[in-house]
Amino acid sequence: MNIALKYCWNELLEQAWLVPVLLLIGFGLAFAIPEYNWLNKYIQLVLMYIGINIILTVSLNLVNGYMGEFSLAHAGFMAVGAYTAALLTMKVLPVAAYPVLFPLAVLAGGMVAAVMGLIVAVPSFKIRGDYLAIITLAFLMIVKSVIENIDYIGGPRGIPGIKRLTTLPWVFFWTVATVWMIRNFVYSKYGRGVLSIREDEIASDLMSVNTKRVKFLAFMLSSFCAGVAGALFAHLLQFISPRVFDIIKTTDVLIMVYLGGIASIGGSILGATAYTALMELLRPSTMAALLDWLPEFVFNPLNQYIIQNLGVWRMVIMPLLLVLVMLYWPRGIMGQREFRGFIPRRDRVAHRRLNDPGEKP
Amino acid sequence: MTLLVATQVRHLFGGLCAVADFNLELQAGQLMGIIGPNGAGKTTIFNLITGVYQATEGSIRFNGTELVGLTPHQITALRIGRTFQNIRLFRDLSVLDNVRIAHYAQANYSPLEALLHIGRYRREEQRIIDNARRLLAIFKLEHLAGETAKNLPYGLQRRLEIARALAIDPELLLLDEPAAGMNPNEIDQLMEFIQWIRAEFKLTILLIEHQMKLVMGICERIKVLDFGETLAEGPPTAIQNDPKVLEAYLGEGPVG
Ligand SMILES: Nc1ncnc2c1ncn2[C@@H]1O[C@H](COP(=O)(O)OP(=O)(O)O)[C@@H](O)[C@H]1O
Ligand SMILES: [Mg+2]
Repeated sequence: MNIALKYCWNELLEQAWLVPVLLLIGFGLAFAIPEYNWLNKYIQLVLMYIGINIILTVSLNLVNGYMGEFSLAHAGFMAVGAYTAALLTMKVLPVAAYPVLFPLAVLAGGMVAAVMGLIVAVPSFKIRGDYLAIITLAFLMIVKSVIENIDYIGGPRGIPGIKRLTTLPWVFFWTVATVWMIRNFVYSKYGRGVLSIREDEIASDLMSVNTKRVKFLAFMLSSFCAGVAGALFAHLLQFISPRVFDIIKTTDVLIMVYLGGIASIGGSILGATAYTALMELLRPSTMAALLDWLPEFVFNPLNQYIIQNLGVWRMVIMPLLLVLVMLYWPRGIMGQREFRGFIPRRDRVAHRRLNDPGEKP
Repeated sequence: MTLLVATQVRHLFGGLCAVADFNLELQAGQLMGIIGPNGAGKTTIFNLITGVYQATEGSIRFNGTELVGLTPHQITALRIGRTFQNIRLFRDLSVLDNVRIAHYAQANYSPLEALLHIGRYRREEQRIIDNARRLLAIFKLEHLAGETAKNLPYGLQRRLEIARALAIDPELLLLDEPAAGMNPNEIDQLMEFIQWIRAEFKLTILLIEHQMKLVMGICERIKVLDFGETLAEGPPTAIQNDPKVLEAYLGEGPVG
């Protein structure tokens, strides 16, 4: 690239007004797209799923990437947030008359999920690695079976008829808010504590880091965000049941985390976006619509044998992708690295990968 | 003033008595050495002081505060810094972050302020980064601030570990075999360096070392351990000529 151009580009990235302006544009688009139908309804839906998945991915990355644990509980926190918010909008809050109350339900979903996060944080004081992973899996299964056994909230049948309150602007708002908070947390003494726990927990404690407190906070923040995502998800899908939040959902998020790369907010955003888009492409209806232009003698057999069976293929491709990424691409799109714009100016000199792009042995 | 007092400290690993009847009085400003063969229980004593292990019996007081029963981060926050026999840096983090992490207890802001980057967050973070860079500059590591710790050569990693321990702003510094793996020339430099930081940071230092040259050269008092028991304690000249020490530990005659 031309040096002058590169200089201008770098200067641009340094501007303090850049982020607010981009956010403003984003908000404008989030309002305008549904208002003026700039994109069709399906794409709008996908955009909302992308936002929700970004929240899930960035928040799981806090525990699995920055802290180096392997939590499988994320779908459980999501379920807690979804059920809490759905019950609130259906039975408590008069959202029909006052839709502005919706964020209260989302917030409540996040907070109840955060309290649940404490339950997982406690065993993490003593137990690490594989054993903690099993405990988080147990937590996920307990959440699921508790929900299945409470008739008041629909038991295994779930809750139908949830109001569709999740809109593009709300998704945009919550995505920005949660990602911003996690980024702030990461670039604080607590975030450095999280990293040092991953590196060497005993040394971390001996360097004055209150490791229990840091774990509490990290699990709470992570599950809060999962709860928020669950609340948004419930009011988009308009139907929730225990099956929606099973281990497959957690696996989805895990793939997005490792695809994007651990300990990277930018990576999580890219990973969530790429994976969500890919999974949508693998829907029979989407694929059929996309390949519509092919001549009929090609399209018809393709449609009959492959496209219509994509639903099955998704279930093969998804776990396979997780295995392949973890085996051959452990750093993912940008593992341990970060977009410059996401790093507070003060922290940039301390960010290892900026000065050290190559992996030395 | 007495800074650190250990009385009748005893520590068992299962049936193994790693430390027995250990007593210590460390005056503020003193530089004391602990020597003894491998497995004598020296590192265990550091781990007992810093709360990694809980003493089976006995009491350890620092500035009048009982340390037995406290967690490592509580003890560290009382201003006790340490290094490790086998370097334990945060290997995948940057040099600067290694030093910044040790400011955790001094960083005075709440989780909410951290989450929103408001209030005391900015001022405190600025103070921490300034102090971390000052330490790196003192240790001639400033140009490596953004380097990943594991990429540093061995000698610099040792230096970084001391810098990180000083970020605690310690009154008492515990050095576990700081000269391990160094050649005689480097040991000379290290001796000067230890005396310099001691004066500069007004430290009380307790150090474990195998290198007799270093221990005899800079320590004011020396404690000799063997199989968890204290063999002797005194100034270097007395230790050098103590028959018990000569017999049990130094074996081949006087050392120097
Ligand atoms: N965590 C532990 N569990 C069991 N035994 C230990 C442990 N740490 C040290 N020991 C034993 O305690 C004794 C003293 O060890 P240590 O304090 O490391 O000796 P030194 O530092 O003097 O070489 C040794 O016999 C060692 O094997
Ligand atoms: Mg030792």
